[in-house]
Amino acid sequence: MSARPRLGYDGVVVNLPVTIPYARYSTHSAHWWLGRALGELIRGSGLAKRDVDGVCVSSFTLGPDTAVGLMQHLGMSPRWLDHIPMGGASGVVALRRAARAVQAGDAEVIACIAGDTNQVDSFRNTVSQFSRFAQDAVYPYGAGGPNASFALLTDYYMQHYGATREDFGKLCVAQRDNALKNPHALMKKPLTLAQYLAARSITDPIHLFDCVMPCAGAEGYLVMTEDRARALKLPFTRIRSTIERHNAFPEDPIQFRGGWAMDKDDLYAHAGTGPEEIDFLETYDDYPVINMMQFEDLGFCAKGEAATFVREHSFTLDGSFPFNTSGGQLSVGQAGAAGGYLGFVQAVRQLTGTAGATQLAKARLGMVSGFGMINYDRGLCSGAAILERGQV
Amino acid sequence: MTAPLATPKKKNPVQRTRLATLPPGARSRSALGLTRAAAEGRFELQVCADCATVQYPPREVCGHCLSEQLDWQTVDNHGELIATTTLRHSNDLYFRERLPWRVGTVKMAAGPVVVAHVHEDCAASGTVRLTLKLDRSGQAVLHALPEQDTPNMNDAAQLRESTCDPKHRRVLVTDGKSAMGIAVARAMLDAGAAAVFLGDPTPWKTVAAYDTLIEDERVQPVDLDVTDTDSVDRLAASIGGKVDLLVNTASYLRGNPGEGGILGRKDVILARDAMEVNVLGLMRLAQAFGPGMRFRAADGTNHAVAWVNILSIHALAPLPARGAWSASMAAALSAALTLRAELAGTGVRVVNIFPGPIDEEWEQLTPPPKLSPAAVAKAIIHALKDGVEDVYVGDIAEEIRARLRENHKAVERELGQ
Ligand SMILES: [Zn+2]
Repeated sequence: MSARPRLGYDGVVVNLPVTIPYARYSTHSAHWWLGRALGELIRGSGLAKRDVDGVCVSSFTLGPDTAVGLMQHLGMSPRWLDHIPMGGASGVVALRRAARAVQAGDAEVIACIAGDTNQVDSFRNTVSQFSRFAQDAVYPYGAGGPNASFALLTDYYMQHYGATREDFGKLCVAQRDNALKNPHALMKKPLTLAQYLAARSITDPIHLFDCVMPCAGAEGYLVMTEDRARALKLPFTRIRSTIERHNAFPEDPIQFRGGWAMDKDDLYAHAGTGPEEIDFLETYDDYPVINMMQFEDLGFCAKGEAATFVREHSFTLDGSFPFNTSGGQLSVGQAGAAGGYLGFVQAVRQLTGTAGATQLAKARLGMVSGFGMINYDRGLCSGAAILERGQV
Repeated sequence: MTAPLATPKKKNPVQRTRLATLPPGARSRSALGLTRAAAEGRFELQVCADCATVQYPPREVCGHCLSEQLDWQTVDNHGELIATTTLRHSNDLYFRERLPWRVGTVKMAAGPVVVAHVHEDCAASGTVRLTLKLDRSGQAVLHALPEQDTPNMNDAAQLRESTCDPKHRRVLVTDGKSAMGIAVARAMLDAGAAAVFLGDPTPWKTVAAYDTLIEDERVQPVDLDVTDTDSVDRLAASIGGKVDLLVNTASYLRGNPGEGGILGRKDVILARDAMEVNVLGLMRLAQAFGPGMRFRAADGTNHAVAWVNILSIHALAPLPARGAWSASMAAALSAALTLRAELAGTGVRVVNIFPGPIDEEWEQLTPPPKLSPAAVAKAIIHALKDGVEDVYVGDIAEEIRARLRENHKAVERELGQ
């Protein structure tokens, strides 16, 4: 950790969480989904298009365009532009970039958007061309995609820490209960533990309900000064602390922890709080095992004790540890890079009192965590943010 | 333990033949270093010349000290299998047709962590041996094998996808009357080949070993003269749909050393005769048998799998004393490489054998060491079972190969003496 103190995020806030309702398949391109998210943000804020002078974009299916091409497509002339190719960590990392830009005065209002389309072949294309290491050293081994990579680390985690399918199932079932209150969730039917356990194996020990459903969709939020938010009368969320880390613990033979384990002390110290103060947690949940790692590595329980932690809590909206309150990707769907925004946008909803039927009774301090990019054998990007309800 | 491979059922002639699909073949330029090693059956990874860190996946610069001095070196191939999974779903057509498929994570003693195909005889954890083998796309892949050989391990379906094992396969030996042809036919039968079509280019000539071989009920004598297009086409029309493995033993070598150069002669008759068999014969065979093999490249457990050319190390560096013949070998190699490229899209492997001098009648005056045809046949069987595609047989071939890598000019000068 650096000896120099980190600046706080005073005076910078997050608001206007938007979701473009997901679709299993879409004939539109990523531009359509990203454009709709930006449109919702601009209309919802009451700002003119030119007042949004910064844009941050994440997408897997925007190619051959980048954020630059998208700006011409959308008729935007921002003075600050970023493109964050960090998959499931994009939501948190976009916040980190945007908040500092607003704080420094490089931009006034930044629209952070993430979206992807899902055409019938786009998932296979994304997976087969994901990275050079994947192309050379993973894809030729059965072409199982992320299922196979997560199956290996789930196998290792189960062997070493004694987590069972019942434990993973409990999380999936709780998330489904939460999703039933979220109109955006693609999964509309309840899930029982018996159904979870009886599901067919996809890639042992990963079974059907351990996998997310790839889909099309977009998510977005705005970052601006607190003064601007007050002037616009937009409920807002403060930023207490954030972290990110890439390629943490390269010496680990297989992933049993993420970068959060390196940075969680900094996360809490910077926020001046601790895990016991957090009212709810939104994690990146492409597979249940990674939820377990986040419980541990973010300090909610000790390493190797997530299974016990799972057995002690309910994870539902009205339960003892509200968790993935939108239903998470496992029940809402994984809209490409928007999957890296899902938890973040939901947290901003909880903290601005706009979470509808999923609104928690107590949501003052929330944590969002992100995880992404299985470049070879493990997820490389991790990030987390502690957000606090603002007083309008 | 792997169950022995069952004898393939007789093919139902009205059933559609499954066409070949290939595993993902795209690789970075660096990763082709693995393919170079696998093609010759070596186990090599990049090793940093500055800090000795072993790299995987292949890199451009050292992942530890950022040096760009990465050399391909033989490294310890042992490791611990720390996680496994069995895929019951794949995004790729080739694997979909072959599910379930077992892969795992191996922590190598040499340092890196690799994802590998895992043999069915490997326990869920423990020590494994890694090997680099070519898959059906012709690219190198890692297979984790049990630390010690197990019975029938080469019969495991996943491993068989990287090998060209003759077991239960039908083999055409193009010239069955040569010493080499007879040795290859015998080795194929010993390796479990279901049938050997034994080519006879000279029905008027009696060869005792040939007559003995065809008494075996698995051996079927066939007329085949590779210098005669009609003969080649007639045979392809008759058995072209049943050839799973083709070993081209037809070879032309005449004259004593010194009589076969270029300036020592006033004609090109010897050169033309050598080309007729060694080059045009190969092309005739390819045109007649290639299409059938290509069509049957995924047809059951005994699908068409490999085309073996017995060339010579002098395809790579000429022996001036046999200059005309050396030229025919170089041309044959070039044709073989084209055939390899043309068959690459189907998974039928072209295996090139580069022996040194062979102990046969036209090498009478060549000093030892000379290879017995049986030694070359044995090397062919090993190559097919191990899944390699370039084989340098014998001390002379290996030495010339090594010296070519070191300094090809030195080889030119020294062979000329
Ligand atoms: Zn180094």
